[in-house]
Amino acid sequence: MIDKKDVEYAAGLAQLKLDEEEKEKYTEQIGEILDYVDKLSELDTDDVVPTAYTVPMKNVLRKDEVQESLPREKSLANAPDKKDGQFRAPKIMSD
Amino acid sequence: MSTKYETVIGLEVHVQLNTDSKIFCGCSTEFGKEPNENTCPVCLGLPGTLPVLNKKAVDYAIMAGLALNCDIAEYSKFDRKNYFYPDLPKAYQISQFDLPVAEDGKIEIETDEGIFNIGVTRVHLEEDAGKLIHEGSIDKSKGSLVDYNRTGVPLIEIVSEPDMRTPAQARAYLTELKMIMEYLEISDCNMEEGSLRCDANVSLRPVGQEEFGTKAELKNMNSFSAVEKGLEYEVKRQREILEEGGEVVQETRTWDESLNKTISMRGKEEAHDYRYFPEPDLVPLEIDEAWKEEMRKEIPELPREKYKRFVSELGLPEYDAGVLTGEKDMAVFFEEVLKDYTDPKNLSNWMMGEFLRLLNENNHSPFESGVTPLNLAKMLKLIDQDVISGKIAKEVFEKMYNSGNDPETIVESEGLKQISDEDELENIVDGIIEANPDAVEDVQSGKDRAIGFLVGQVMKETRGKANPGLVNQMLRDKLMD
Repeated sequence: MIDKKDVEYAAGLAQLKLDEEEKEKYTEQIGEILDYVDKLSELDTDDVVPTAYTVPMKNVLRKDEVQESLPREKSLANAPDKKDGQFRAPKIMSD
Repeated sequence: MSTKYETVIGLEVHVQLNTDSKIFCGCSTEFGKEPNENTCPVCLGLPGTLPVLNKKAVDYAIMAGLALNCDIAEYSKFDRKNYFYPDLPKAYQISQFDLPVAEDGKIEIETDEGIFNIGVTRVHLEEDAGKLIHEGSIDKSKGSLVDYNRTGVPLIEIVSEPDMRTPAQARAYLTELKMIMEYLEISDCNMEEGSLRCDANVSLRPVGQEEFGTKAELKNMNSFSAVEKGLEYEVKRQREILEEGGEVVQETRTWDESLNKTISMRGKEEAHDYRYFPEPDLVPLEIDEAWKEEMRKEIPELPREKYKRFVSELGLPEYDAGVLTGEKDMAVFFEEVLKDYTDPKNLSNWMMGEFLRLLNENNHSPFESGVTPLNLAKMLKLIDQDVISGKIAKEVFEKMYNSGNDPETIVESEGLKQISDEDELENIVDGIIEANPDAVEDVQSGKDRAIGFLVGQVMKETRGKANPGLVNQMLRDKLMD
């Protein structure tokens, strides 16, 4: 149903570094979850609208009004690296 | 015989909506602020914050959908598009995946080759990302500076069907979209500032083949001409590959304006797997008939309809109609003048001539000049009634443009009234005849062109105020019998 490669791929997308032991563990655990979802798939849901939301609410909207932003020093306060009022991110392209 | 290829183009156009505040928080969307001044815990993606949807962004998306002849979704929702990039503080973009606000529309475009219908697959709402400045070039940079002012500015993405067959059609489609958005007044549509952005999917297939060829995705075309040039280059590149028996590689390519070519971005980006899932922090949207109707009422006559009406009802040449409807304010101004003036073609000549010239010189939009529609109507009537000459009118017009005064006042105070009184002109005409015996002789020996010279002399003498038709007639009467 799911093998180690799938786990490595998903971990890669999420930028997670897993050791071998974790990979084995997650392959098994995620496999169990997927098996369970598979079981649900046995139900005939052809006429059922997919449920994206479980709370019976809709159209929660705000007016288009400008509110005060954070002072810039506060926005940047927790940034590990910054320069000229901007966040500084590590290089994007790997060598 | 070599195979003939057909080009297939589809466009993805991002349009920044000109709301005052961002799509999910109250930060200002104002352009040109200092970096990171327009940020708050929501758009910075700090833990524990919740997005709340801006109603105006939804209104605008519905308007765009209606104007593009789409079906508006009764039920729509938002989804998270997950990827890591420093311009995205949350590591996901709130977008719409399977239930966009609008789907299944089309618009009509026109090129030199004719009229075409281009399908619109979908219109969905999403948040914009921040701006990155790489320290050095993107591939050698040691780090990137990030400005999140733009993060969370509302966007609509308009995806077309692969219905375009030439780069010129793609350009016409983009132009039409831009005009529609401008008429709706939901975006500034400035490609240079990035409030209108365009990516293209291009492929070639042998004529007659139904299946699409392998496509390249083209990015970074920052002007209308860049879109056309980039596509032309890409079509040529792919045709050469196919003609040599090669295969086009599916990849993203970037248009390099300075090199005039597209460059492969292969290897510079990860394989895309966005793992979309419903955005749990937002509730779904339900758009009922009443909301749709309310938005429908906000939609003015659109450029294409206006263009057709100007041709069919006002009898304008297609060229004139195209220029006048190309900018909304120009068309509105034109129609305002027509409330007090009855000759559309004469008005069109003035708008496309003197008015456009001065607007361009001063970098004004039509309603920013001193000329009001009513005053322009008054001035044109002064010409029609022979109160001023067409030549003097240009002087009057420029004074109106700069001062905001009405034409009667200017004509009166500057003494610019046309002289259409024979008695008043008699002496001047006689004087010119006397002073120019050579020209007089030419006229009398049948050189009709010489009369133009004499009319010109009278015009000069009267500083352009003489009625040229009358002067011409008087000269003929005096010299020809």
